[in-house]
Amino acid sequence: MNAEQLYEQLKKFQESKGYFFNKDKEMVMALLDSLLVNKERYGYMACPCRLASGDYHKDKDILCPCEYRSKDVEEYGACFCGLYVSEAWNNEAIPHETVPERRDPARVLAGLGIED
Amino acid sequence: MKHDVKLYALSTCIHCKNTRQFLDDNDTDYDCCYVDKLEGEERVKVIEEIKKLNPNLSFPTLCIGDKVIVGYKKDEIKEALDA
Repeated sequence: MNAEQLYEQLKKFQESKGYFFNKDKEMVMALLDSLLVNKERYGYMACPCRLASGDYHKDKDILCPCEYRSKDVEEYGACFCGLYVSEAWNNEAIPHETVPERRDPARVLAGLGIED
Repeated sequence: MKHDVKLYALSTCIHCKNTRQFLDDNDTDYDCCYVDKLEGEERVKVIEEIKKLNPNLSFPTLCIGDKVIVGYKKDEIKEALDA
């Protein structure tokens, strides 16, 4: 699968749920390429903007679309990566802020086998 | 070069890519560490380093001298480079 096919595969379904691809298509394609890199690396599409452990169960919360997307889109209009956004975000009806990391850093450490 | 600049990044992360581009556009010399490409003890060591700078362990984490900037924030980066 290439990024263009992934784009087509995801677009309709995600839009039906109220999540839109960022209108910056170049950025979206780069992120989709990165998702495919992670699929190749880990066997699953871990969030490209977070450090995955390589252990599926420990990375479950950051499989794209991640667990944090709904809250981030609700609060900031965009997910942490900026792959998925709200309609208002794409229409520039809301400000485009940097979305802070919502994931508990203890999960990053646990994924790497480091005690907090 | 006024400051030591170090970037902790992920090779797949778009905000990290944009940060690199911004530093390049501003003719900044910097050291970039792709944490997703590290393994084992080396990765643990770098994570411990990042933890001290950014307890959220998110990327990009950029150090410009003593200033730590988390996320791709052009204005803050520019200000720190010019300081």
